[in-house]
Amino acid sequence: MACSATAKIIHNPLVLSSSRSAEKYESCCKISGPSSLLGSKFLGKKLLSAKSAISLASRRSGAVVAVSSDVVKEKKVKSGSSAASNLLITKEEGLVLYEDMYLGRAFEDMCAQMYYRGKMFGFVHLYNGQEAVSTGFIKLLKQEDCVVSTYRDHVHSLSKGVPARQVMSELFGKTTGCCRGQGGSMHMFSKEHNVLGGFAFIGEGIPVATGAAFTSKYKREVLKEDCDEVTLAFFGDGTCNNGQFFECLNMAALWKLPIVFVVENNLWAIGMSHLRSTSDPQIWKKGPAFGMPGVHVDGMDVLKVREVAQEAIGRARRGEGPTLVECETYRFRGHSLADPDELRDPAEKARYATRDPITALKKYLFENNLANEAELKAVDKKIDEIIEDSVEFADASPVPARNQLLENVFADPRGFGIGPDGKYRCEDPKFTEGTAQV
Amino acid sequence: MAAAILHGVGATTPLSSVKYNNSRRSLPGSGITERKRASFVIQCYGSLSSGLNIGINRAVKLSTNAVATKQDSVTASTPSKPGHELLLFEALREGLEEEMERDPWVCVMGEDVGHYGGSYKVTKGLADKYGDLRVLDTPIAENSFTGMGIGAAMTGLRPIVEGMNMGFLLLAFNQISNNCGMLHYTSGGQFKIPIVIRGPGGVGRQLGAEHSQRLESYFQSIPGIQMVACSTPYNAKGLMKAAIRSDNPVILFEHVLLYNLKERIPDEEYVLSLEESEMVRTGDHVTILTYSRMRYHVMQAAKTLVNKGYDPEVIDIRSLKPFDLHTIGNSVKKTHRVVIVEECMRTGGIGASLTASINEHFHDYLDAPIVCLSSQDVPTPYAGTLEDWTVVQPAQIVAAVEQLCR
Repeated sequence: MACSATAKIIHNPLVLSSSRSAEKYESCCKISGPSSLLGSKFLGKKLLSAKSAISLASRRSGAVVAVSSDVVKEKKVKSGSSAASNLLITKEEGLVLYEDMYLGRAFEDMCAQMYYRGKMFGFVHLYNGQEAVSTGFIKLLKQEDCVVSTYRDHVHSLSKGVPARQVMSELFGKTTGCCRGQGGSMHMFSKEHNVLGGFAFIGEGIPVATGAAFTSKYKREVLKEDCDEVTLAFFGDGTCNNGQFFECLNMAALWKLPIVFVVENNLWAIGMSHLRSTSDPQIWKKGPAFGMPGVHVDGMDVLKVREVAQEAIGRARRGEGPTLVECETYRFRGHSLADPDELRDPAEKARYATRDPITALKKYLFENNLANEAELKAVDKKIDEIIEDSVEFADASPVPARNQLLENVFADPRGFGIGPDGKYRCEDPKFTEGTAQV
Repeated sequence: MAAAILHGVGATTPLSSVKYNNSRRSLPGSGITERKRASFVIQCYGSLSSGLNIGINRAVKLSTNAVATKQDSVTASTPSKPGHELLLFEALREGLEEEMERDPWVCVMGEDVGHYGGSYKVTKGLADKYGDLRVLDTPIAENSFTGMGIGAAMTGLRPIVEGMNMGFLLLAFNQISNNCGMLHYTSGGQFKIPIVIRGPGGVGRQLGAEHSQRLESYFQSIPGIQMVACSTPYNAKGLMKAAIRSDNPVILFEHVLLYNLKERIPDEEYVLSLEESEMVRTGDHVTILTYSRMRYHVMQAAKTLVNKGYDPEVIDIRSLKPFDLHTIGNSVKKTHRVVIVEECMRTGGIGASLTASINEHFHDYLDAPIVCLSSQDVPTPYAGTLEDWTVVQPAQIVAAVEQLCR
């Protein structure tokens, strides 16, 4: 079974999807001894930040220990043949992945535009560059599965199926937004698509995700329902130093909850480099410490993410428990639209720009004759139209009226209590008008 | 002193029970359906205030989300049924068990709630009956398991999260404030959070500062939550059931020293209203507002006051957030004098909010400034004597009333 928690060091040369550019990849890593630290590509990358000339390939020596998943092993066996069966995805899947990533990118670019035009305000955190993680994981989910995110949640919501119109409206603060304009950029929720937020404080969503996974287990074991819903919790490298992260790793592993903890390690928590804040920067190692597999994957490569995701989600569905997946990724823009992004080395940014996940997937699709220019251009056009439409829709939507102010504070509005006249406050007409003082 | 209180309780409980218990039971069909619950409330007030159509006004017309206290078949309450006697923690357990029996989505989570049966035995026996997943023993991670409860509530469960001591919930403040209180609103009403957070709090018997905290004052500002405090086995069971059935997040405050109170409660099922307060003793001279353990100090003081010729009206506000301004208001309009007796700190406590609220709404009816007796703004000392002086004692209440009614 792949990615199990037992410590077994296997020195395999890494061969994964040989058709992809061999430049940088790293598949599953098992527990490694300290000796691998120096040679690991992960750390090596940090050292590289000042020396762009050194090629990654030479850094990535055999000192890296890794075991690929069963899925990958199969591919390895077949690798060498150029048969189509060697490919990781079909054409349809490829187009779905491409479309989703392009949607995420185009949407976020439009957000930036709209923000600078004064259509949305506050803190807006864009996902450019990280699309592979969202697409790679969420496109494998069913509608009943849950996704919990952080404030960088637009693309997670889109991948899960929330219409772009609703997300854009929410960003504009209109009443047609997915949260009626009451949540904003950092609080995207969708009951229909099981997006459980959208949280402003980091780490806050992880227990909520653990709870959703608990419900899934409860349904299966207490209510005896046929339930194999899984929950994905997305969060960043900064969160991995937070207590809620560790507490939930413990509980999830303890009760074998159907959850996957997805770390989007983009190396930076606003201006705090991951290396400066973390004693052991290899986050995937923290999984085995709690009794679950820890996996490190190249988060700029949607196919690799998808493979790992398949395995992790499969584990969860089968009731084998949680997995911690560390996706090495990068955000092309600043932390938020208010962040001048001065601390990051331009050379680092340039390096990651060459690993743009959308470009990489495009290349893969072309090289393997899964799609041609025209087809992808058609997808681009379709998405551009959707985005345009979403902006028009959001623009045309009404702002919330005053009577929306006091709704939704309580699920049961009797919670506002009994007024001096003996009636429940919520029966007061001023309440429905939104002018009552609470 | 605490022991004296408990002994005192034995004497006072029947007094307060007589005021409403018997009269309640005599009303046909009391305490079952929503409508009837309303009429049950009338009984609570003892005397039916004229011209108040409380029952009719209580009927909530709006909100399809309102808690449907869909009751099982209504049997007219028979005065001949004797009821049964139990202790407050048993009443809590009875309420909890009835709700777990009724709804398979109700579950419990907390430290030592399962095999240990709860630090105050509120969940004793439940894990044996319902299993380890439904009565979940959590690791010591309040913030995370409270958050887990919230996530579970969002996805369909109705969890009851127990804080082993309310003070421990300070660690869960992030989840309670940000998620519990806010998520229904920030999600535009998409997700409801029918969670109950409960636990023992208050000043105990020399438990030290950290175990003697009163968190109701810290939580009261959080929008989107309701807070109730139980004080008798009767209202403990009723409030527990109401809290579980409510679709809102409810924090139920219990008191460490009240768990062994004994009372006779009805055999038939009943659910109390979360938003209503309880008339403990009607009177004319002064309104004394209190909750939780201080109710017993007040009743003890009331005995002294009655002997001295005063006629205090005692209301157990029960609902700490929101306040039942109707009952309180009616009382103020009758007596024109208010004393608030609480265990919260002086600064920013429930009493402070209540004072502000009464001043705002009923200023014209007051003949004198509101007197608020609260605990001292000190960390609760360990030494017994010092501890006694931090909380309000019956003698102080008597003195305050005498001063106010001069």
